[in-house]
This record gives sequence, C-alpha cells and structure tokens, in this order.
Amino acid sequence: MVFPKGFTLDGYKELLNHANIWIGYKNTILYTAVGTAIGLAVNLSAAYALSRKDLFGRKAITLFFIFTMFFNGGLIPTFLTIRDFGLYDTFLVMVLPFAVGVFDIIVARTFFQNSIPADLWEAAQIDGCGNLRYYLLIVLPLSKAIISVLALWIAVGHWNSYFNALIYLNDKDLYPLQLVLRNILITNQMQSNMGTGEAAEIAMRLANLLRYSVIIISTIPIMCVYPFVQKYFNQGVMIGAVKQ
Amino acid sequence: MRSGQSGVDIQRAFRRIGRNWGLYLLLLPAVVLLLLFTYIPMYGVIIAFKDYSPVLGITGSPWAGFKHFEKFFQSYQFELTIKNTLYISLYSFATFPIPIIFALLVNQMRQNWFRRFFQTVTYMPHFISTVVLVGLMLILLSPGNGLIGNLFRLFGAEAPNLMGSAGWFSSVYVWSDVWQQTGWNSIIFLAALSAVDPSLYEAAKVDGASRWQNIWNIDLPMLMPTAITLLILRVGGLLGVGFEKAYLMQNNLNITGSEVISTYVYKVGLLSAQYSFSSAVNLFNTVINFILLIMVNRISRKYSEQSLW
Repeated sequence: MVFPKGFTLDGYKELLNHANIWIGYKNTILYTAVGTAIGLAVNLSAAYALSRKDLFGRKAITLFFIFTMFFNGGLIPTFLTIRDFGLYDTFLVMVLPFAVGVFDIIVARTFFQNSIPADLWEAAQIDGCGNLRYYLLIVLPLSKAIISVLALWIAVGHWNSYFNALIYLNDKDLYPLQLVLRNILITNQMQSNMGTGEAAEIAMRLANLLRYSVIIISTIPIMCVYPFVQKYFNQGVMIGAVKQ
Repeated sequence: MRSGQSGVDIQRAFRRIGRNWGLYLLLLPAVVLLLLFTYIPMYGVIIAFKDYSPVLGITGSPWAGFKHFEKFFQSYQFELTIKNTLYISLYSFATFPIPIIFALLVNQMRQNWFRRFFQTVTYMPHFISTVVLVGLMLILLSPGNGLIGNLFRLFGAEAPNLMGSAGWFSSVYVWSDVWQQTGWNSIIFLAALSAVDPSLYEAAKVDGASRWQNIWNIDLPMLMPTAITLLILRVGGLLGVGFEKAYLMQNNLNITGSEVISTYVYKVGLLSAQYSFSSAVNLFNTVINFILLIMVNRISRKYSEQSLW
C-alpha cells in the first residue's frame, strides 16, 4: 500500500458528475483573469509614480501606502465596510477591493528606479511627451520582467485564495474552485471514513480517487505558468524586494 | 507677511503638482482603493470600544469603553489563543535559518542544469494552494489508510493521528510550511549571493581559504542585511498566525492546540456575529504586533544600523 498499483481514470470520470467543480473552475478563471488585470494596472501605475524622484509629496504618499502593511482595521470592520458598500456577495468583491498590493508596489517601484534611466524622461520631456504617454509607451514596454513577475504573483494569489470567498460570498454560483475544493478535500474527509462493507469500500475508493483528481486539475494550470516566468526571477527583480 | 509667505509656498506646491498631474492620475486608483477598503475600516475599528448594533451603524452605536477587551482578558480563550499563537509563531520563527542554509547550499552547486532543476523542484510546492496542501496532508497523514498509517503498519506499529491531535498540530503546521516555502523563501537570499563580487572569492583563493571559510566569511556576511530586514518583519508578525491554514487544519480533535487568535476572531465575529468583541480581540492583536515591530526596528537600528525606515 506504500507503492502505487494499477492505473485508472475513474476519478476523472467521477469529476464530470460534479457540476459545482466546473462552476468553480469557470469562476476562478474569471476572477484570476479580471483580478490580475486590475491588480497589474493599479499597482504598476502607483509604483511608477512613486519611483519618480520629482513627485511632490512622495514621502508622505509612500507612508500612506506602507502604513497599511502594518496596521489595518481587521476582519470585522473591513467586512462591515464591504457590506455597507453593497459589495457583499458580488463578482466585484473578488477582484476590486483588495487589488492594491503594497509589497508588489515596493518591488515594482524599486525596479523602475533601478532600470529606467532618469535621462530617458528628460529626453522625452524635451520632445514634448507627457507623463502618461511616457509611462504607457516607453516605461511599460521596457518593464516586461517586472510585469511578468507581478502578473504571476497576483494570478497565483487569486487562483489559490479561498479566504475572501469564504468571508464575502454566500451564493454558491459565485464560489471559486478553492472553496469547492475545501468541501471535497477537507469538510467531507471527516465523514467519508465511516461505514463498512463492500459498498462503503467502493464509495470510499471513489471518493479518494475524486480527491486526487481534483488536486491534479486544480494545481496543474498554475504550475504550468511558472516556467514561462522563471527566466525573470533573476537577481534584478528580487533583490529590490527587501533592499530599501 | 507670514500668510503671504505660506501663500507663495502653496502656489509653488500647486505648480509642482500641476506639472506632474499625470503621475497623480496614475496614483489615484490605488489611493482610492486603499482609502475605501483599508482606511475606512481603520476608522471602523472604533466599534471595538462600542456596543455595535447593525441598526445604529458604526457611528451611531453607544460607547462601551474597554468592556470587550476586559471580557477577552478574562475569558478562558484568552490564555488558550495567546499561548497557541505564540507557541506556533516561535516554533516557526525557529525555522527562519532554513532558507538561508538552503541558499548557501544551492549557491555551492556548480552544475548549472542540476542547480536549475533543483531550484524548480523546490519552488513548485509554493504554488500549491493552502486548501490542496491541507487536503493532501489529510490524505497522506491519515492513520487509517494514509501513507503514514501504511508505513507504520509495515513495521507493526500504531500510527499517531497527526491531523487529529492537539499536541501534533504545531509541528504539522510548521513543518508543512517549511516543506512548502523553503525553496521559495531562499530566492531572495540567492539573489543577494549572486551580487557577491567575484574578486572576493579570487582573493580568498589566493589566501588558500577553504569552502567553509568562504561561506562563513564572504557569503554569510553578504546575507546579513537581507536576513535582518526579514527578521524584523517576522517579529512584527509574531502574534499573527495566518488564518487560512490554521482554520483548514482545525477540527474537533485538535481544537485545544489549533485555536489561534485569527481563527477565534473569525468564529466569534462572523459565525456568532459578536462584531464588537471580535474587533476588540483583533485590535489587541494588531496593536501588540505593531509595538513589537517598532521595538525590534529600534533595537536593530541601534545595534546593526539596519532598519525598515
């Protein structure tokens, strides 16, 4: 029993009978896609602005961001705020309120400071290029490394998280994959070990196969993304994370 | 005279903002989101000092002083949750050097393909979700039909119920974390090591230094600034065992070892709707962490000239 024996696809066949898994899968893909797009847009823009030494009030604005890393209202006040804004149990709550990642902003800011030469902005300014055009047409195309790394971080975060869904969602049709997985892998685990006889044995075997199958189908996609981004995980990007 | 002076200052400030208005536009989305969903809840934390009623709202609810804090300090969960949280934190804190040692070892690998393969294999667990990790642990560590159960039976012994005992909880929690995050957490140290000036190694070679001497005298000092920064951050989170994994690993059998502050806050707050009491517990936790962070940062600045700000 320590070594595997035989080969079967029964677990995957069993998957097809569980509609909620596929609803969860679809939801997670949507949350990840939209959430990553929003997260990238919000955090990269803020990071670039903060990387500019000529930004008036830079220190105060940086403090405004950093402070939230160490102090926050906590679970209940945040929950009440979200509910008061009418975001409870909506698609939006999964992608918008927690889009700001201060750590991501710091890493990206350091990247911009170190790899976009300041002369470039001066040259562009002389040519009559404004801040926004410069950011979109010059800075971003030069920043593929940091964009890839942040995209990976944010996407993995969305794909794997269940906390926000647990707190802010009630409607089962909005459940992301991880919450469905929680029911299959954890909540039902306790109950499935009961019963005896052949029928119970078969049911248990099938339940276990189902567990292995959902683990595979939920984990493979996010692992497949990593090799494409790996080449960017070199010193340049990571060292900025803790230095300053 | 003075007001004229400040008028000029304000004008100058406006001119500087106006010149870079595009940058403020770029900042706007992040600032608005933080204001709405982080700073407004920070104000909402006053319900910890009130008797919150949904009808009256945050501002309208009557003040209650420190009632909820006192209730928490006197409840038996106070000792239990603080003890568990601290114990698991310190336990996990003790594993802090593992990624550093790991990075030093990987840095010694000379075969490039092997090094890359080794790194990829050890990063991969980081991408597994907490739900899947805990699900896997339940399957593998089950004393009945899990890997552990079968292994013990092979030697004719009775397997311990690792996922269902209060005593084992902290070990399972911490070592599964080590398994999942060591490779990933070493990235930052490897990055610092790759910044070592090669001429240092050459000079050491000329002086006849051994590998161990290289590691001890060149690599390790190179890692210190990064390690100290991360250490400060770790201490700041000393009273914060993450909710996600602890809650998933929790069951009736291990509850006395697995109830930490964050899971307790969730249960009394959202499951039994004691909003004010739960906020008070949460605030207590946050304040302690904040004080710890400031203290450690100050000590570090004094003794190692390293600090977060």
